[in-house]
Amino acid sequence: MAVILDAQGLQKTFGAVTAASDINVAIEKDSVVGLIGTNGAGKTTFINMITGYLKPDAGSIHFDGHDITALEPREITRLRICRSFQIPQLYQSLTVHGNMMAALGVLLSNAGLGGFFSRGTPLVPGHDAGAEEVAARTLERFGLSAYRDSNAQTLPGGVRKLLDIALTIVAKPRILLLDEPTSGVSADEKFGIMEMVMKVARDEGATVLFVEHDMEIVSRFAQRVLAFYDGRIIADAPPEIALNDPEVRRYVVGGALQRLGQGAGAEHA
Amino acid sequence: MKLDRTQLALIAILVAVAAGGPFLPKWALFLLTIAVAKGLVALGLMLLLRAGLVSFGQALYYCLGAYAAGGIGRAFGISDIFVQMLTGAVVAAFFAWLFGFLLARYRGIFFGLLSLALSMILYGLIVKNEALGSTDGINVLPSTLFGIRPGEATLRYAVALAAVGVAVLAALLVHRYMNTPQGQLAPAIKDNEIRVEYMGASVQQAIHVMYVIAAALAGIGGALAATAVGHIDPDMAYWTSSGEFIFITILAGTGSAIAPFLGAVIFGIIHTVAYDVSPNTWQLTLGLSLLVVIVFLPEGLWSLFKRRAARKAA
Repeated sequence: MAVILDAQGLQKTFGAVTAASDINVAIEKDSVVGLIGTNGAGKTTFINMITGYLKPDAGSIHFDGHDITALEPREITRLRICRSFQIPQLYQSLTVHGNMMAALGVLLSNAGLGGFFSRGTPLVPGHDAGAEEVAARTLERFGLSAYRDSNAQTLPGGVRKLLDIALTIVAKPRILLLDEPTSGVSADEKFGIMEMVMKVARDEGATVLFVEHDMEIVSRFAQRVLAFYDGRIIADAPPEIALNDPEVRRYVVGGALQRLGQGAGAEHA
Repeated sequence: MKLDRTQLALIAILVAVAAGGPFLPKWALFLLTIAVAKGLVALGLMLLLRAGLVSFGQALYYCLGAYAAGGIGRAFGISDIFVQMLTGAVVAAFFAWLFGFLLARYRGIFFGLLSLALSMILYGLIVKNEALGSTDGINVLPSTLFGIRPGEATLRYAVALAAVGVAVLAALLVHRYMNTPQGQLAPAIKDNEIRVEYMGASVQQAIHVMYVIAAALAGIGGALAATAVGHIDPDMAYWTSSGEFIFITILAGTGSAIAPFLGAVIFGIIHTVAYDVSPNTWQLTLGLSLLVVIVFLPEGLWSLFKRRAARKAA
């Protein structure tokens, strides 16, 4: 399959801490990749480098053959590499609908539509409807219609996560990066949220990279796992192989299981 | 084209002033003109405030607009009120575009104090400059409209009507801008800049545009005040002027493009009445009224209208 994202020789240090040392990874189009590792292993740094929030000290990132290493987050977003956040980044003073309209407004504005002199309701780029309609449809897809007029500040955790992802989806991402989509969400909600998000991502034809601590979710949804440890990728394989790799079990999965403190201890043997 | 409530209200205000103006005393027309001039500055401040930015130095552009209007009178003998306002807007917008490259990088107190610093630099420059009249200021030619100089009896009315006409036009344009995707980005910028950037928009560019619009409005206001008063001096750039504009903006709230003008008229009334009753303690009255508004109407006077509209809808 064609490579859509190619990171070569990525390095990043923060003072004495090495967050990335020689990361080489090529992501294939339409794949679903799970990023695992303990806190501080370099998963979020990797995502931050791809989305331009951090510039690597060395190495390069190519998207669809274009070098995006030096681009700003907004320029990378305009290439439709979109991300959600571990802590949902919402517009706290706006309603759910207001949040959607702000996201759609940027799409219109970047396409030169809906400006000062335009008349009527322009179609949102990539969609066959105007902003109000697209907002309503998107909320529907994420099961958020009931929250339309709620203030973003008042939303429960799972809903905040979904809204955060919904805001990125309207841009029709080619690559969707999800930073811990199920963190802070109750155990019984996790699978539902992942199912919903993955279905939308599939429908949109997005290549997905997600950071996740819950190994059950990783093995269920990822086709490929990148295990991070100490700024390096120590395993890169399908989940059934990667999660059974002795090094991964020692440095990543074991830690995760201990932290979860759930009955999965049997696997830790 | 179907007009919304704000557009209808603005047009109604213009008609009311045009019809009722001849019956108003001269002093009331003068106060109205000055209120409109300050309202224009506050309209620009409101745009910035919606994005979470408070400029403590908007008097910079008010003063630039005034001196631009006075300058074309001195240099070219131009006294047409519309040309003066246009020149004020262009000069102010040009400098805001220039300074905007610096200011759009800053937020919060840094943005506020940098804008204050720039305005005080202009104040200092004018005070030290004899050619600009130093602390005495300079006189501005009496206003003309389309080459006609109105008689003594109708001058105040003509100027007030021109002022309200331009202000209504400005408010209509700002109202439209606030409803464009970029205009609607302002509250999003205030809330979460990271998210705005990660949706593919440039926060800095959006702020730069708003800053230039705000300055152009302040420039028009300054030119209007210059021609209405017939005299300009460096105090127009002094920080207390900037404070007055913020006062009006906070008093009014950010609910609508009409709000700043309402705020400016009420400010003018409080100021005039308080000064009349007690010339030495009028600041006390102003301070108390702002205190009351902040405590009871934290979103400004305009929230009174919004509450009524919400009740009606319910």
